[in-house]
Amino acid sequence: MSWLDRIRKGPGIRTRKSTTVPEGLWHKCPRCSSPLYRPELEKNADVCPKCDHHIRIGARRRLDIFLDPGDREEIASDVVPVDRLKFKDVKKYKDRLSSAQKQTGEKDALIAMRGSVRGLPLVATVFEFAFHGGSMGYAVGERFTRAARVSLEHRIPLICFSATGGARMQEALISLMQMAKTSAILERLKAEGIPYVSVMTDPVYGGVSASLAMLGDINIAEPGARAGFAGPNIIEQTIRQKLPKGFQRSEFLLEHGAIDMIVHRKDMRDTVARLLSKLTGHALNEEAENAETVT
Amino acid sequence: MNLNYLDFEQPIAELEAKIEELQLVGNDNEINISEEIAKLQDKSQRLTESIYSDLSAWQIVKVARHPQRPYAVDYIERVFDDFDELHGDRHFGDDKAIVGGVARLDGQPVMVIGEEKGRGVNDKIYRNFGMPKPEGYRKALRLMEMAERFRMPVLTLIDTPGAYPGIDSEERGISEAIARNMAVMSRLRTPIICTVIGEGSSGGAIAIGVGDWLNMLQYATYFVISPEGCANIIWKTVDKAPQAAEAMGVTSTVLEELGIVDETIPEPLGGAHRDIDAMAGTLKTRLADQLGRLKGMPLDELLAKRFDRLMSYGNT
Repeated sequence: MSWLDRIRKGPGIRTRKSTTVPEGLWHKCPRCSSPLYRPELEKNADVCPKCDHHIRIGARRRLDIFLDPGDREEIASDVVPVDRLKFKDVKKYKDRLSSAQKQTGEKDALIAMRGSVRGLPLVATVFEFAFHGGSMGYAVGERFTRAARVSLEHRIPLICFSATGGARMQEALISLMQMAKTSAILERLKAEGIPYVSVMTDPVYGGVSASLAMLGDINIAEPGARAGFAGPNIIEQTIRQKLPKGFQRSEFLLEHGAIDMIVHRKDMRDTVARLLSKLTGHALNEEAENAETVT
Repeated sequence: MNLNYLDFEQPIAELEAKIEELQLVGNDNEINISEEIAKLQDKSQRLTESIYSDLSAWQIVKVARHPQRPYAVDYIERVFDDFDELHGDRHFGDDKAIVGGVARLDGQPVMVIGEEKGRGVNDKIYRNFGMPKPEGYRKALRLMEMAERFRMPVLTLIDTPGAYPGIDSEERGISEAIARNMAVMSRLRTPIICTVIGEGSSGGAIAIGVGDWLNMLQYATYFVISPEGCANIIWKTVDKAPQAAEAMGVTSTVLEELGIVDETIPEPLGGAHRDIDAMAGTLKTRLADQLGRLKGMPLDELLAKRFDRLMSYGNT
C-alpha cells in the first residue's frame, strides 16, 4: 500500500483503531464489550463493573481471591497426567499436554491447596479451564481424591471450584473412572461428617457435572454460570428445537433445585466461611470480616 | 445387502444365501446336494471365524449395536427365574429405559437392573432407545438400596447410547442422579456385579456401573464418549468415528489391559445375536460363579476392596 493510499484509506483505519482495546492494561468485557481498566477489574475480582459479568479467571487467581493470605500448602502437585493409551488424533495427546503445560504453567487442570478462609482451615481445589478445557483425566481425579484425603485426615472441609468441559476423552475410560473415584471419596467425607462445598463457575459440563460438582453438601454457582450434563448443542441436535433462554444458567439451576444459592464472586469468601462455620462449629476470624477480600 | 448382516459380514451373507438357495433346490429335487451344502456351511463357518478373529474396534462397535443383538430383557428372561419387575422412582415417574426387579439366579434372590434399548420401532420409542432420564437412575438407586436392606446382591446389565440429553433430563438433575448412583454404589453393603452387554456409553453407563466385578461381553463396547462424538469434536466429522474408536480403545481387550474390566465373557461365533440362548447360558454360568466368590468374602473386606479398586483407577 502506498503512502497515498494510506492517507486515502485513513478514515477506515482510524475507525478500526477506535474499536480495538489495547493489550495489557485494558480488557474488554466478553459480555457487554465495555473496555475495562485492568487494575480496576482486579479490584473488582474480575467482575465487569458495568454489567456484572463474572469473567473467567485462572485457578491460581481464584485461590488468591478466596483463601486467606499466608499459610498455604499445595497438595499432590507431583501428580502429573499419564498418556496410558498413547492417544493420537490429528495431534498426539502427549503434545497437546505439553503445549497446555507451557501455556498455563500448570501440570494439569486441577490445583489443590490447603489453606484457610477467615481463619477456618480447609482444602480448596480449583479447576484450571485454560488447561485443556478444564477436562478431568487421571491427574485431575487423583489430585481431587488426594485433596479429599487431606480433608479426611485433618477433618477440615473440602471445597471445589469447577470450570470444565467434562471428562477428558484422550484418556478414554480412565477419565470415566475418575467420575466413580471422586464420587466414592466424597461419599467417605459424607460418612465422616466433613462438609464439602461445590462451587460451579462457568462452565461445568459432562463427567465433572455428573460427579464431583453435583455432590456438594452445599452446591453454589456464580451468577450466570452454565452447568449441565449435556451441552446445549447436543440437546438441540437431539430434540431438534431451540433451547429456552437462560437454560442451564445458575438461575435455572436454582429454580430447578440443583443448587442452594447463587453467590457473587465478591461475596464468595464470606458466604462460604459463614456456611462452613455453622457446619463445623469453627469460629471465624473476626478481624478479617471487613477486610478487603479481593486483592 | 442383507440387513441381518453388518457391512463387513456381507461375504458371509452371500454364502448363507447360496446355502439357503441350495436347500430349497434340494427340497424340490431328488438330486442329493447335501454334500455341497455341508461344504458351503463349513466354508461359511471358517469365513466367519476368520472375519471375527480380527475385528477392528469400529467393527466391534457395530456388532455391539447390531439391531438383532440381545438386550437386557432378553437376558433377564433367560438368565434369571421368577423375575418380578418393580417400577418407579417414587418421586417423578417410571423410566422404561431401565428395567429392574427381584429375581432368582440359581435359586438365590438377586436384584437385577438393566438398561433396555427396545426392539422394533414402537418398543424403541417406549424405551426411549435405552437413554435413561434422572427418574431411571433414581429407580435404579431405590432398588439398589432395597437390595442392601434385604441382603440381595445387585446385578446390572449395561447397554445404553447414553443418558438422555434433553431439557427435562436437565431440569430434573440428570447430573446429580448419575453422581449420586456412583457415590452410593461405592459403599452399598452387598455384592455388585456389572456387565456391559452391548453399548456402555459414558455417564449413562457408569451410573449403574460401579461395583465389585466388571464383565464385558466379548463384542460389547465401553467408552467415555461415543466414537462419533469424539470424531466430531476432534476431526469435525463423524466419518472419522472408526479412528476415534481405535484411539479410545473401546473394547474389552484394551479395557482389561487397563485393569478396568475384570472379565471378558466370550460370545458365540459371529456375536451374541447368532445364538441368544447359548450367550445367556454362558452369562448365567459366569454370573453364578462370580456371585459365589463374592458372597464368600466378608462384607467389610468386599467393601474395602471395592473402594481401593476405585481409588486405584489410572494408577500406573
